[in-house]
Amino acid sequence: MKINQISVFLENKSGRLAAVTRILSENKVNIRALSIADTSDFGILRLIVDQPKLAFDVLKNEGFSVSPTEVIGVEMPDEPGGLSGVLKILESNGFNIEYLYAFIGKGENGALVILRIEKAEEAIQCLEENGIKVLMGEKLYQL
Amino acid sequence: MILRNIYKFVILLFISVYFILSDQNCGKKERSTLYWNQRYETLPREELEQLQLERLKMTIERSFYSVPHYRSVMQEAGMGPEDINCLEDLQKLPFTTKEDLRNNYPYGMFAVPLSEIVRIHSSSGTTGKPTVVGYTRNDINNWAELMARALVSGGAKKNDIIHNAYGYGLFTGGLGIHYGAERLGASVIPISGGNTKRQIMIMCDYGSTVLTCTPSYALYISEMVEEMGLDPKKDLKLRCGVLGAEPWSENMRLEIEKRLDISAVDIYGISEVIGPGVAVECSCKKGLHVMEDHFIVEVIDPDTGEIIPEGEEGELVFTSLTKEGLPILRYRTRDIASVDYEPCPCGRTHIRMSRVSGRTDDMLVIRGVNVFPSQIESVLLEVGYTEPHYLLVVDREDNLDILTVWVELSSKSFASDEVRKLEELGAKIRGEIEAALGLSVKVKLVEPKTIERSEGKAKRVIDNRKL
Repeated sequence: MKINQISVFLENKSGRLAAVTRILSENKVNIRALSIADTSDFGILRLIVDQPKLAFDVLKNEGFSVSPTEVIGVEMPDEPGGLSGVLKILESNGFNIEYLYAFIGKGENGALVILRIEKAEEAIQCLEENGIKVLMGEKLYQL
Repeated sequence: MILRNIYKFVILLFISVYFILSDQNCGKKERSTLYWNQRYETLPREELEQLQLERLKMTIERSFYSVPHYRSVMQEAGMGPEDINCLEDLQKLPFTTKEDLRNNYPYGMFAVPLSEIVRIHSSSGTTGKPTVVGYTRNDINNWAELMARALVSGGAKKNDIIHNAYGYGLFTGGLGIHYGAERLGASVIPISGGNTKRQIMIMCDYGSTVLTCTPSYALYISEMVEEMGLDPKKDLKLRCGVLGAEPWSENMRLEIEKRLDISAVDIYGISEVIGPGVAVECSCKKGLHVMEDHFIVEVIDPDTGEIIPEGEEGELVFTSLTKEGLPILRYRTRDIASVDYEPCPCGRTHIRMSRVSGRTDDMLVIRGVNVFPSQIESVLLEVGYTEPHYLLVVDREDNLDILTVWVELSSKSFASDEVRKLEELGAKIRGEIEAALGLSVKVKLVEPKTIERSEGKAKRVIDNRKL
């Protein structure tokens, strides 16, 4: 159920993000979702792509610090309170979220949010028990 | 009646001696030149060289019989103490290097049993281990004498209040100046480094008249004084500064003198030789008088080891003449300077060395602390979170040196993509380096393979400071 995300360490200097996107484009890798966490010295780029393994290999070969990480994709109603409902379930069941960001495309039945969460397997189970749809990786890469 | 006349005569004599001395002031009006130890500071060259030779013979004999390292290198060179019959004979002796001190870590180079040692200092080694220096009671005495001379040479007097902002501790700066100031009879404020605003408050309230610290710290103090809305002319009583422990320029001197309204002289020292007080400028400010009755200085070509003609730059090599704890023979300082034999208008007969213009190795002086890139390398290899490639970038912001260590993040350390984890990693590396150097640094994580690789000697340092 988990989704393979790729995280790339970037120095805070111009042209680094452009270099990553250029390498991906040359290898015909399509970016499905992305977010950047930045500090004064460095940034971490997180990517969901249609071909995670290929993206990982080409970036690594180009000398980037790349790390494969697992996240979950959650579908929710695209209306006020959609995300709030999901977070409420996670919170009341004691799950800590490391970070989250919105998916660029849209799910079949609403908005999509990517979550990095502790104890992912249990979280997935908990969400599903509460009627929340958690997306399969393969499905999400192709959305 | 006769007695009263004798009194008068004695008083007149004192007054005239005072005027004779204060007349020898390089034609500048700023201050008269007085000596701490007139006899030895102005000893005629011939007598001085005779004294040097006697002391050199003694030092070499003691080193030969008491320090196994010196005995074996002399024997290897096929010589003994009996081969030293004139000052030139010193050149027969092999050089001593920091490596030698390290190989005999910690006490192997001491010429007396530890029971005779009353003080131990150390300085940074080229790698993990520091260089250890030991002093007997006589050494501490001589050192205080040299520092008293140095302070007087910089303009200090018995009734001065000396604000000593050199670091106290293993570093020789703080205690070296301190003992000299006490010997002089001045009132010393052992403030050490840091907490600048408090320092300035104390300077104002206690009426400090002499400042001793690194030149960059003096500039930083001057900026802070301005920032606090104080006027050095009105609010401070500072009159002179004895500044050293790092390279600085004539421009920087003029800047410090203007901003703090003081007269500033350069002081040179190196812990392996004794600490501060090896050489100091007089009021002429045209080179630093080497305390030649206690040390012999040579200038060599760092590549060939040959003696370099007078006036040309080379590596300074020192031999101690009076030290008991750690006699040092032909010690290669790696500092580059030249030596001037011209008599000085101040009346001192000791030769003058130029300011240190650079190093023959890659040692950096950061806020007065000696840093070797190899020290940082060994820390990085030890902690092992990063690639072994690194770059040291030195900047001077607001007159304070900032050392930033660039390290390449390895894939292994990037297993977690959380910002928090990377920041923790940076802090951990910083902590390890700071513990090893005794100096605060910044750590910047950079992408793999972004630090320039070079064939042969890697470029490890970018020094952006403009002195």
